[in-house]
Amino acid sequence: MDPTRKRRLRLFVSLAAAVLLAGALIYTSLGAASDATTPSRLAAAASPDRSYRLTGKVVPGYRREGDELVFRVRDRIGSASVPVRYTGIVPDPFGAGREVIVTVRKRGAVFIGEKDSLVTKCPSKFSSQVPDHSS
Amino acid sequence: MLNLGRVCLTLALLIALYGVGASLYGAHRGGPNWVDSGRRAVYAVAGVLTLAFVILEAAFLRSDFSFALVGSHSSTTTPAFYKATAVWSSQEGSLLLWVWLLAVWSSLVLFATRRRLREVAPYATAILLGFAAFFAALVVLLANPFGPADPAPAEGAGLQPLLRHPSMMVHPPMLYSGYTLFAIPFAFALGALMTRRLSPEWIVATRRFALAAWLFLSFGILLGARWSWSELGWGGYWAWDPVENASLMPWLTGTAFLHSAMIQEKRGMLKAWNVSLVLATGILAVLGTFLVRSGILESIHAFGASTLGKPFLAFIAVLVTGSTILVVTRLDDLRPEGSFESLLSRESVFLLNNLVLVSLCFVIFWGTFFPLISEAVTGQRASVGPPWFDRYTVPLAIALVFLSGVGPVIAWRRATPRNARRSFRLPLAAAATAALALALVRGVWREPLALLMFCAAAFVLAVVVQELWRGTHARRVASGESAPVALASLVSRNRRRYGGYVVHVGVAALFVGVAASSTFQHVRDVRLSPGQTARVGGYDVRYLRATSELSREKVTLGAALELRRDGRHVTTLMPSRGYYPSRDPTLGPAGRYFDGEATSEVGLRAGLRRDVWTAVEPDIDALRRMIDGIDRRFPLAAGDSATLMLGAIADRYEALPPPASFRLIVSPMVEWIWLGGLIAAAGGLIALWPAPRAARRRAGAAHPAHVRRELSRA
Amino acid sequence: MEYVLSLIVLAAAVAVVASPLRRGRGTEPALEAELASLAAAKEAKYGEIRDAELDFQTGKLSDADYRAVDHALRAEAIELMRRLDAAREAAAGERPHA
Repeated sequence: MDPTRKRRLRLFVSLAAAVLLAGALIYTSLGAASDATTPSRLAAAASPDRSYRLTGKVVPGYRREGDELVFRVRDRIGSASVPVRYTGIVPDPFGAGREVIVTVRKRGAVFIGEKDSLVTKCPSKFSSQVPDHSS
Repeated sequence: MLNLGRVCLTLALLIALYGVGASLYGAHRGGPNWVDSGRRAVYAVAGVLTLAFVILEAAFLRSDFSFALVGSHSSTTTPAFYKATAVWSSQEGSLLLWVWLLAVWSSLVLFATRRRLREVAPYATAILLGFAAFFAALVVLLANPFGPADPAPAEGAGLQPLLRHPSMMVHPPMLYSGYTLFAIPFAFALGALMTRRLSPEWIVATRRFALAAWLFLSFGILLGARWSWSELGWGGYWAWDPVENASLMPWLTGTAFLHSAMIQEKRGMLKAWNVSLVLATGILAVLGTFLVRSGILESIHAFGASTLGKPFLAFIAVLVTGSTILVVTRLDDLRPEGSFESLLSRESVFLLNNLVLVSLCFVIFWGTFFPLISEAVTGQRASVGPPWFDRYTVPLAIALVFLSGVGPVIAWRRATPRNARRSFRLPLAAAATAALALALVRGVWREPLALLMFCAAAFVLAVVVQELWRGTHARRVASGESAPVALASLVSRNRRRYGGYVVHVGVAALFVGVAASSTFQHVRDVRLSPGQTARVGGYDVRYLRATSELSREKVTLGAALELRRDGRHVTTLMPSRGYYPSRDPTLGPAGRYFDGEATSEVGLRAGLRRDVWTAVEPDIDALRRMIDGIDRRFPLAAGDSATLMLGAIADRYEALPPPASFRLIVSPMVEWIWLGGLIAAAGGLIALWPAPRAARRRAGAAHPAHVRRELSRA
Repeated sequence: MEYVLSLIVLAAAVAVVASPLRRGRGTEPALEAELASLAAAKEAKYGEIRDAELDFQTGKLSDADYRAVDHALRAEAIELMRRLDAAREAAAGERPHA
């Protein structure tokens, strides 16, 4: 095989592999993804067989019931909130007014947080100022 | 000094803009004087920014609260080390650090190449100054660290408790050094494209900077992971968080570039590929800097929406567009000079390694930006989690480690198949032995991916040992030196090659640690009262007693845990939780501590075979009545009386501790990750170190004579 | 005080940046770039020759293969040195006119 054909063949093979990989990525990511949502949207419409990535602020007055952390998440701006029951790691910055991300599934009137999926965003020191820490 | 600082920043911006113009003018028409002036502009920018940085540092160390930044990120009670490093815990300070590092490294490279690359250097200077101008503009116009506090407060807010850790303070300068050092080959690549001088000269000149960039970036990423493991109350070192991924992506393309650059240097091949890789690395570095402060992706590191998002995006768009146009219009000049002579050659293995690395980068890019992609396509934001990332990165990582063992065994240009087969016998035997030995360990055969990684690592180690052995033997035959001397001079004369082999060993060890710790981890979440025991990963963990501590900065509540294994006492761990006071004036003297910031102090027993990690979450609710009672009865208590009351709460907790929640993790071989990183860093340093001048001259002189002899004979 | 310092910094920066502009106009032989890239290519070729030798010594190449590769590389190196010598002569010839 002359060198140009070899080069073209190599190019074709690598492009085909790239397309295959891209295809696999796209296909699996669509299936494995959880929709990002806010409390107001979740309260309006939530299906029990999807998992949702809920973002919002923690309402004051959360409590622990045994292993479970019971708290409400409200919209960043507004007061619509949903109840969440969560087991698993609670990050250090978690607290009232902090912004959290948690993967939840609907069960009855409550949303069950997926184990260890609770993430708390780095908080600001002043409530009125934009958070300033960077790394 | 605020005004002087502001003057310095503005001056930096103006000089940078001047320098862009002077360099370009000098390259086109003005001649070498203007080019020199442009280069000196870089030195001037570095000097002026150094002054600005010193002013800011001094203000922090002096606790000068007339600087608004000092008041919001430091306090008089902050320890001196953290005062010094608090500078870059803020948006403004970190941007200043970024552009200062860029100016310093740029000065270094332009000084080192001042007599070479005369056609390319002016354009590279212009691009580096363009970068500097952009960041300087950001700092001057949108995020100025020299904002005044009027009136100056008496006390500062203090450093975010989560950041009070040495690793966390060294992590940003390391990362930024990595990013800014990658800007250098980026700029020279663009310069080479612009001037159509696409010989490997620019790669050779900037090679050390690319390697240094890789070193710093690796350090920065590993420091972040280590800090996460030993300090955060989460018990992990990597979460596929968007900001973590943002630092990994340029690392992957940078590693690919370091390898394929060698091919271009030797054979003049893969020019278009190399140029694209280094441009992608530079752009990804800027993208990483942008992601941390943009707020466009949900991340624990994302610090809310900031005004910097749009300018950054515009800058990245300019970089991408410019790079693409340049590469496409110069495709003719990027034609290869040589060709792949054989599939069985080191060039082919390097190309495969490149493909794996770029695939890894693509997977991570896709997963990281999926929320934005899905929103653009379907209107609904969706995100993928760690399991999705693991599914693709794990097999690719195994392939990568395996390939890093194949490369050293194959010759450049064209390898002899019989010799290659023979060279693989020992390493493959080592891998097979490892597989058999590990299969005997309980549970390993049930995890084929982990087993494959262990075998690949054994393969790599065997290859490197074999290579060192053979090389040392060859030197001894030629020079009669003793084994240690022969080994030392072998490595010293071929630093790139053997330094690279050491890096491969380090990376293999690192992945062994990752595979073992993620596959064979034991995690237990338990609630224990004093006296109770939990069993995890072969250890008995007994909650001995509650602990408490009071200091000016915080109240600490924790636990003493006794660790026993096979009935024998191993150690006592002291996990705790520190409660820092909030500055909210509506909270009472006691309540402000327990409604403020809390950080976990992990109780960690590190070891070569496994780490035992413990974290405690004291039950504050049981103390609520006492806390609320104090707040109600003594709302204005402060100073000593407040301390007395907090002491009472702490004593109460120690005396009558309610059941506390514990997370207990036994993770095998986590320390191999950090050790592997250190080995890889050592290898990088070996490769980076300049060869002794005498050897270089000798090598250069001997060959023409020899080669001319050939000429007369032929 | 700050005002004075600012002026000093400004003056220093301007001095650093403007000093090359006060020099006489220098000359820049265009062939120097060609020389530099040829010299770099020569160094790279020597590196290849050394690497091939090390490859052979560590058993990656058979005798026959090594000799073939070595011969090819040395021929390429000779060609590079011829071009380098030609370029140096051309540069030397041009200099009286520059």
